[in-house]
Amino acid sequence: MQPAAFTVDIHEGLLRLVATGDWLARHLGRIDGDLRTLEDDAVGRELIIDVSEVGRLDTAGAMVLERLLQSWPDRTEVSRIVGATTAHQQLLDNIRPHLAPCEIEPASRNAFLMMTNRLGRSIAESYYVALEILNFVGLTLVTLWRVMLQPRRLRVTSIFYHLEEAGLNAVPIVGLMSFLIGAVVAFMGAKILRLFNAEVFTVELVGISVLREFGVLLAAILVAGRSGSAFTAAIGTMKIREEIDALRALGLDPMEVLVLPRVIALVVLMPVLAFLAALLGIIGGGLVAWTAMEISPAFFIGRLQDTIAMSNFWVGLIKAPFFAFVIAIVGCFQGMEVAGSSESLGQRTTLSVVQSLFLVIVLDAFFAMFFLEIDY
Amino acid sequence: MATKAASETVIEVEGLRTQFGDNVIHDNLDLVVRRNEILGVVGGSGTGKSVLMRAIIGLKPPSAGTIRIFGENFYEKSPQEQIEIERRWGVMFQGGALFSSLTVAQNVMAPIHEHLRLPKELAADIAAMKISMSGLPADAGAKYPSELSGGMNKRAGLARALALDPEIVFLDEPTAGLDPIGAEKFDRLIVSLKKSLGLTVFMVTHDLDTLHATCDRVAVLAEKRVIAIGSLDDVRRSDHPWIEEYFSGPRGRAALGAKERDGMRGAETA
Repeated sequence: MQPAAFTVDIHEGLLRLVATGDWLARHLGRIDGDLRTLEDDAVGRELIIDVSEVGRLDTAGAMVLERLLQSWPDRTEVSRIVGATTAHQQLLDNIRPHLAPCEIEPASRNAFLMMTNRLGRSIAESYYVALEILNFVGLTLVTLWRVMLQPRRLRVTSIFYHLEEAGLNAVPIVGLMSFLIGAVVAFMGAKILRLFNAEVFTVELVGISVLREFGVLLAAILVAGRSGSAFTAAIGTMKIREEIDALRALGLDPMEVLVLPRVIALVVLMPVLAFLAALLGIIGGGLVAWTAMEISPAFFIGRLQDTIAMSNFWVGLIKAPFFAFVIAIVGCFQGMEVAGSSESLGQRTTLSVVQSLFLVIVLDAFFAMFFLEIDY
Repeated sequence: MATKAASETVIEVEGLRTQFGDNVIHDNLDLVVRRNEILGVVGGSGTGKSVLMRAIIGLKPPSAGTIRIFGENFYEKSPQEQIEIERRWGVMFQGGALFSSLTVAQNVMAPIHEHLRLPKELAADIAAMKISMSGLPADAGAKYPSELSGGMNKRAGLARALALDPEIVFLDEPTAGLDPIGAEKFDRLIVSLKKSLGLTVFMVTHDLDTLHATCDRVAVLAEKRVIAIGSLDDVRRSDHPWIEEYFSGPRGRAALGAKERDGMRGAETA
C-alpha cells in the first residue's frame, strides 16, 4: 500500500496533475494543504488530473480530486479527470453531486457581545428561576393540602421507599462524616485553647458547634449531594423518556406521584439524620478529648450537661426539616426542568446540588440571625 | 466478477450462543454474510436480532461459538487490532444514537478526527459529503440532534456510520418510526449507497417493504437460530409456521403483492 502522492507538471496553458498511490482518507491529511495551494498556479491554466496510476480510491480521495476540479478557476471543458478505471469513474460520478460544503456549528458571534448577552441572560434568569421555584413550592403545598383532605391518595409505599433510599442508606456516611468533623473540631480547640490553659472549654466548643450548626449542616450537605441529585436525575430521566407526560395522560398528577413522596420523606428523615450527626459529632469530639487531652468521658458528659443549654440542640433540630424541604424542592424542580438531551440532565443535576447547597447555607444564615435576635 | 464478489464471505458466524444470565438468546446459530450484499435479518420481537448484531460488532461477547469478520475473530484480538477492525465497519443504531452535545457535522467528524487525525478543513469537507450523501440538506450540518426529526436523526446516524468509508454497514431497524415516504427514500438511499460504494449491508428490520425493496438475501431468526436464509423467494417457500404467517399475513401479502405488480410492470417496460 502506497500513500497518496501527486506530481505537478506545468506546461504553458495546462497544469497536469498525476496522482499516484492509494487515495484513501487516512493518507490525505499530508497532501490536502498542498492541493489547496495549487490554485495559486491556476491563473489562466486548464487542469488535467490523471488518475491512471491511482491504486485504491475511497470517497474521501474521490471528493478531494473532484473538489479540486470543481473549484478550479477559469475552467472550461478542457479541464477534466482522465485515466479513471470504471470503478473509479463510478465513484467520482457518485460523489460529484455531494461536494457542497456545509456549516459545522451554529455561527458564532462577537465574543464580547456573547459575553454581555450571557451575563444579562443569567441575571434575568436567576430572577425567573427564583419565581419558578416559589411557584413550585406553592404547587407542592397545594398538592399536600389536597392529599391531606383525601389521605387515601398519599403514596405510602413510595414515601417508605425514599425514606430507605435517602435516609437509612445515608446513615453510615452521615455518621462517619460528623464523627470526623467532631474529632477535627476537638483537635483544633485543644491546640488553640491549650495556649490559654483553657482546654476544658473544648467541651463547649464541640458541644455548641456540633449541636447548633455542624450536625444539621453536614446532614444537609450529604443529603443534597446524595439525594437531591438523585431526585433530579430520576425525574429528569423520566422527563426525557416522556414518562412524566405519560403520567399526566393517565390522569395522574406528577406532583402527587413523584414530588410529594420525596418531599415528605426528606422532611421526615432529615431531623433524624441531624440528630444522628450531632450524636456522632459529640462522640468524635469526646473521643479526641479523652485520648489527646485526658478529659474523661464521664467528665465530658457531665460538663456537657452543665454548660450547654438545651436550646442549642433544639436550634439544630428545628432547622433540619426546612433544609430538607429546600433540598427536596430544588431537586424535584430541576428534574422537572430537564429538557431534551442527556446534556441538559447533567447540567440540571449539577444545578440542583449547587442551588440547594446555596439555599441551605443562606437559610442557615437567616436562622442564625433570627435566633440571635430572639436570644435563643 | 459479480459471481466472485458475491461468493466472498465477510461475516461468518458458527455455533453462536449468547445469553443474559440463564436466558439463552441464541443457541448454535450459524450465519454467513457475503461481500456486497444486503442481508435483511427478520424475526419476531425478542428473537435477538439486535443482540446478534451487537455480538457481531463486538458489544456482546458470545458464550460459545465463533464469529469471524473479515476472516478474523474480533474477540481474540488485542485492543489495537480491534480498533483496526472497528474502523472497517459502520453502525447505525436504532435511534441514530448521535452524540447530543455535538452538531450533526461534528458527529460525523468525530470518527474522522479520532481515527484519521486529518486537518480540520479536510475533515469538514468529508463530513459535508457524507451528510449530503445521506440525503440531508446542507443546513442540517450545524444543527443539534435535538433540533432534528426522527428521520433526519437516522440519516445523520447513517452519515456518521459512513464517515470512515466502511466495508460493512450495520443498520438496526433503519426504517422503524419513519413515515412511508421517508422509509421508501431511505430504502433507495441504502441500495444506491451499496451500489456506488460497494457496501455490504447487515440490516435488522421488521419492515416488509424494506425487505422487498432492498435485500439480496433474507435471514429469519426463530427458535434461537437462523431457521431460513436465502433470497426472498426461497425463504417464502419455507413451511415454517412463523415464516408462513409472516409473509402470508395481510401485511406480508400486501407488501408482496405490491412488489409483484412492480415486477410485472418492470418486465413490461423492459
